[in-house]
Amino acid sequence: MALYNLTINDVKTQLEVEPDMPLLWALRDILGLVGTKYGCGIALCGACTVHVNDKPMRACTVRVSDLVGKSVRTIEGLATSTTLHPLQQAWIAADVPQCGYCQSGQIMAAAALLKSNPNPSDADIDSAMAGNYCRCGTYNRIRSAIHSAAKAARLSYDATQRDVGQERKV
Amino acid sequence: MKQFIEAVQKKLNTQFTQDRRKFLKVTGIVGAGFTLATLMPDHLAATESEETVASNELNAFVSVSSDGKITIYSANAEMGQGIKTALPMIIAEEMGARWQDVEVIQSPINQHKFGRQSVGGSTTIPRTWNQMREMGASAREMFLSAGALIMELPISELKAADSMISHGSGRFMTFGQLATLAAKQTVPDPKSLKFKDRDDYTILGSAISGVDNLALTTGLAMFGIDTQLPGMLYAIYHKCPAIGGRVISANLDEVKATPGIIDAFVVKGNNNVRELLDGVAIVGTNTHAVFKAKQALLVKWDESEASKDNWDELAERGSSLHGTRGSDVVINKGNVKSIFDDPKNTTLAAFYEYPFVAHLCMEPMNCTANYIKGNHGSKDQLEIWVPHQFPERSRSVLQSMFGVKTDQIKFHQMRLGGSFGRRVYSEYICEVCEISKRVGAPVKLTWTREDDIHHDFFRTGGFQSVKGAINPEGKLVGFEDHYIGTQINGQPVSGSRFSDTEFPLQNIDNVYASKTMLDIRTPCGPWRAPGSNTTAFVTQSFLHELAVAGNRDFVEFMLEILGAPRWFEKGNIRSLNTGRAAEVIKLAARQSGWGRSMPEGSGLGMAFYFCHAAHIAEVAHVSVDSNKKLTVHKVIVAVDVGPIINMSGATSQVVGAVIDGLSTMMAQKITMQEGRIQQSNFHDYEVLRMPNAPEVDVHFIQSDYAPTGLGEPALPPLAPAVGNAIYAATGHRVRKMPISEEGYSF
Repeated sequence: MALYNLTINDVKTQLEVEPDMPLLWALRDILGLVGTKYGCGIALCGACTVHVNDKPMRACTVRVSDLVGKSVRTIEGLATSTTLHPLQQAWIAADVPQCGYCQSGQIMAAAALLKSNPNPSDADIDSAMAGNYCRCGTYNRIRSAIHSAAKAARLSYDATQRDVGQERKV
Repeated sequence: MKQFIEAVQKKLNTQFTQDRRKFLKVTGIVGAGFTLATLMPDHLAATESEETVASNELNAFVSVSSDGKITIYSANAEMGQGIKTALPMIIAEEMGARWQDVEVIQSPINQHKFGRQSVGGSTTIPRTWNQMREMGASAREMFLSAGALIMELPISELKAADSMISHGSGRFMTFGQLATLAAKQTVPDPKSLKFKDRDDYTILGSAISGVDNLALTTGLAMFGIDTQLPGMLYAIYHKCPAIGGRVISANLDEVKATPGIIDAFVVKGNNNVRELLDGVAIVGTNTHAVFKAKQALLVKWDESEASKDNWDELAERGSSLHGTRGSDVVINKGNVKSIFDDPKNTTLAAFYEYPFVAHLCMEPMNCTANYIKGNHGSKDQLEIWVPHQFPERSRSVLQSMFGVKTDQIKFHQMRLGGSFGRRVYSEYICEVCEISKRVGAPVKLTWTREDDIHHDFFRTGGFQSVKGAINPEGKLVGFEDHYIGTQINGQPVSGSRFSDTEFPLQNIDNVYASKTMLDIRTPCGPWRAPGSNTTAFVTQSFLHELAVAGNRDFVEFMLEILGAPRWFEKGNIRSLNTGRAAEVIKLAARQSGWGRSMPEGSGLGMAFYFCHAAHIAEVAHVSVDSNKKLTVHKVIVAVDVGPIINMSGATSQVVGAVIDGLSTMMAQKITMQEGRIQQSNFHDYEVLRMPNAPEVDVHFIQSDYAPTGLGEPALPPLAPAVGNAIYAATGHRVRKMPISEEGYSF
């Protein structure tokens, strides 16, 4: 076991875990952030997608020890304390989820896409989302929710309202 | 829409404040700025806490508080089929409630209070339709009585709508104002209740977003796998890769020396695959620790009694029966021999094959249990948090396994991250209860994805040898089917069903159908439309072969077979209604532009199927290139399941079933060798991804029949529709799934 310092959802966090502990299990079992899901453990289903320094990563294969000093955002940290992310709003408006299990990962993959490409085409979306499996087959609603969120975000979203600078130790 | 999102945000902010307080209290972790889901999962999941239920109970399902909040219990498991939203919509409609006043909460498990608490077989809607309407109508009558008393007006002049009781004079009282008095009114005799006319519906038939969508999109704990309890340990359970192998020994000391491991031990099971097989339990401080320790585990198995199943061998046995008849006769009507012998008729024979497939639920099998041993005369208590289609079903198994009585077991119904028929068996419950009892602590058991695939209850593979005859006018005059399924210990497995009502056996005069069951050991279970999901592929593809052989248009051919509108067993929703069937076929044809000329390499294919009380026709529009790359551009679906409860949820079920069907037919196949399942994860079990998802265009015929379920029946017609479209595009007939084995790919 060793101590690792990283930032999770804007909170400076110290984790004492084995060096090979994947981020997924640190989030779920150590921090209680269970929104990030286990689906395959080999980075092929996308259910565990989080952001590391704003880039989409599969939390099941990235190790906590490789994230020292980096900033992780999970589905729990996507909304601000007062406002849902446009994707979350669009997801609810389009009634995307069926079982819902993969949706945290879908939303995080989509959020990373919109960060780098605020106006994606269908093909951009398909290619960015191809690593995220949905067993229930909600792909078409996901695609249209991404389009409507992109549109809404271009009109309004202000992402600067986050609570920052808190500390936490586990 | 804006209003809706504002309401969601308001709700979210309230939850955020409450839940954060709760979290801080329970865990003592300090840190403001925690985001939405840093809260104990029991808040939204185990929703039995009094504070979340409105104060005045009108009946088992409905409570209303003085501020107007209406709580409606959802008593059945939610697994993505949408009943947690649909059933409360029925209650709210009959009650005269405004949907935005309603909060839906998962009920405790209490069949005495709520009735049967199970889901499966697309039965929940038809089974609870009247019960839900009664609950709503009963609450409405109690509000009307209370309103009449307080306003001193005749009850006959009052009406319930918009969460109010109102009078023509303009006087009104809200449900909130009347709640306390309404709860004290005599509960009406169910026989006296009248239900609303469809024309007066304001909620049913509209598109309502799922009641858990806020929680799901913000990462709040909902699923079984999200359960967290104070002092909880984590476990895996490793069973023999060949089903039924017994443990001889294991390197437990080595496993126990792995970091984070608290205990490892051998469990002697009862050799029942649905209950508790032999295995090795590894218990640790987190999931990673136990997954990692599993890699160090070496077990010596006694496989003398284990499965030796081998897919290639089974496929050989199946194909050796091509052109034969089974000894078990399903139906023998008319005289097929004379029809097939008649030289004027054209006869055709074919052999179809389909593989075993896995459920592959996104949320792997898991369960959390806390077995508390009694002391000083108190009894043992077993508390279980389980994602299961029918938790109650495990109760008797647990009672006999642990020697406890029914009041010593408490279930918490958790949301299911998909099920498709998988979570109807109790083995993962038995496993975690045994482990929790042994270690004396609450334990969460999580199966790895590999465990989840290796120890599934699969959709069985099988074969059908079919034969048909058409007369010189191109009319179907004879049909024969030898259904080759599988059985375990002399019992056909869940998916191996073929009855004398299969289409078109009832519709023509000369038919012969028989069955043969091949012995297997590989566990099989229900998989989204069991039996139907494979038989539809065979019969609808083969009928298309016959139509082609007779130079007939498939739609005309099908309508001719269906004949005059009639309901074979009037009043039985499980019985084919040829009138409803013809209407969905005609609608799908119309909406797809059936009959139009298609460019080279493109084609339309249609299939119809009746199962789960649903009449559904689908038309697939595909293109196939010279490398057999398949593009399914669009699937047009026409559905008659009676009136639609939730337009959004119903559409989702149809679209999802179409995509599931396509994913399965393209590349999914489970094989076994020496009893071992040869696939293990997403790298060797391919699934359909977003770029290959077709557009799906859904049309409902909202007939006057009572509404029925949609979780399953839109899947079976997909494979034959696509297969028939491939034929139309290329002239190549698909008689085997998955089609990747015939060279097709996306």
